Amino acid sequence: MSDTKKFLLDGKPVVFQDGQTILEAARQAGHYIPHLCWHPDFPAHGSCKLCIVKVGGRHVSSCAMPAKEGMEVESNTPEMNGERRALLQMLFVEGNHFCPSCEKSGNCQLQALAYDLEMLSAHFNHFYPNRPVDASHPDVLLDFNRCIFCELCVRASRDIDGKNIFALTDRGIHKHLVVNAESGRLADTDFAASDRAANICPVGVILHKRQGFARPIGERDYDAKPISVVAMEEVEK
Amino acid sequence: MIVSGRKLRVATTSLAGCFGCHMSFLDIDEHLLELVELVEFDRSPLTDIKHCGPCDIGIIEGGVCNAENVHVLREFRKHCKILIALGACAVTGGLPAQRNHLDVGQCLQEVYHTCIGVESLPGGQVPNDPELPLLLDKVHPIHEVVRVDYFIPGCPPSGEAIWKFLTDLIAGHTPRLSHPILRFD
Ligand code: SF4
Ligand code: SF4
Ligand code: FES
Repeated sequence: MSDTKKFLLDGKPVVFQDGQTILEAARQAGHYIPHLCWHPDFPAHGSCKLCIVKVGGRHVSSCAMPAKEGMEVESNTPEMNGERRALLQMLFVEGNHFCPSCEKSGNCQLQALAYDLEMLSAHFNHFYPNRPVDASHPDVLLDFNRCIFCELCVRASRDIDGKNIFALTDRGIHKHLVVNAESGRLADTDFAASDRAANICPVGVILHKRQGFARPIGERDYDAKPISVVAMEEVEK
Repeated sequence: MIVSGRKLRVATTSLAGCFGCHMSFLDIDEHLLELVELVEFDRSPLTDIKHCGPCDIGIIEGGVCNAENVHVLREFRKHCKILIALGACAVTGGLPAQRNHLDVGQCLQEVYHTCIGVESLPGGQVPNDPELPLLLDKVHPIHEVVRVDYFIPGCPPSGEAIWKFLTDLIAGHTPRLSHPILRFD
């Protein structure tokens, strides 16, 4: 007998190596588990809970949970997808997401997940928070209205760019993203459009100026194929 | 939802919307001919009937931005067995809701008094004719005011999405929108 280790994902065997999380092993085996704050180049963050799965009757974040021999994992079930949809709805009402006027529309992972999980309305009451934009930087606009607090920009700026430009502050509904400058303005940092942090936001917060709709709606990342397909094609690359 | 012996009665209206969703509704083109075999219209911009009577389906475009919108929406809810939010504004508040973090009084001052091009108009004032419905301090999606049975997002939803949704509903299936016709933009 071989000594490969396996767990069951929705009844299908998935081979994994020690140290891999459920999400990593599933991805490697060609199975998509929805995720937002997880990124292959960074350690798990565990904040969005979109990757939620059920293991032995318990809900766990598959991006953070190590795979174990013989585990039975439920992911693509009506129950898990319903919970994911509710999480998305909460993300939508917590910020100001006006997709029709958002430059990120069609390239946005939050929106693409909402399509994939057939979220037709935000269900809850909207908070409509007041989050002024920062247009001070010559090349990059920050529209905080759409931030989902995944901290990918925080992590990229600190761990890859070595600049530490972004941080989250406050808690609960008051949580928000700030720029680490005395003035709080992006222009007063050494942020550059070529930084990894400038090119990692899964939603429409960190936007390159003068791009707008240069790539028209209809020709964008998730227009032809849903995110569940696009994300798995990225693994193959 | 087959109702034997008669056509389904449908009412439509635009609250704080731009009529774009109604235009998109007309974009179902030749399907309109199939549709009028199945439905007849009650209150709607298409008929000019002013009040909504008993209906099978009510379709609401636009969110709720003033007192009149609230009355119309409640009238629809009261008379329609099924109420559908059509388009981004009805579903999320949409573009008009982008004023929600601003003070409505200051908004009016800015628009009628102080913004560039208006500041020099003689006698300029915020309109206060009693005929005008009072603005609400915030714009709301319609599900925050009444119970809504179905949502069709999109700005506007495509004619294809509207047609798919209505034919599912009329045929008695659970209406379903998914990639690629489910869109928020
Ligand atoms: S960030 Fe995404 S979900 Fe939010 S408004 Fe933009 S496209 Fe829509
Ligand atoms: S700006 Fe974008 S990358 Fe940064 S925390 Fe917000 S959503 Fe995440
Ligand atoms: S992807 Fe696992 S918690 Fe966000």
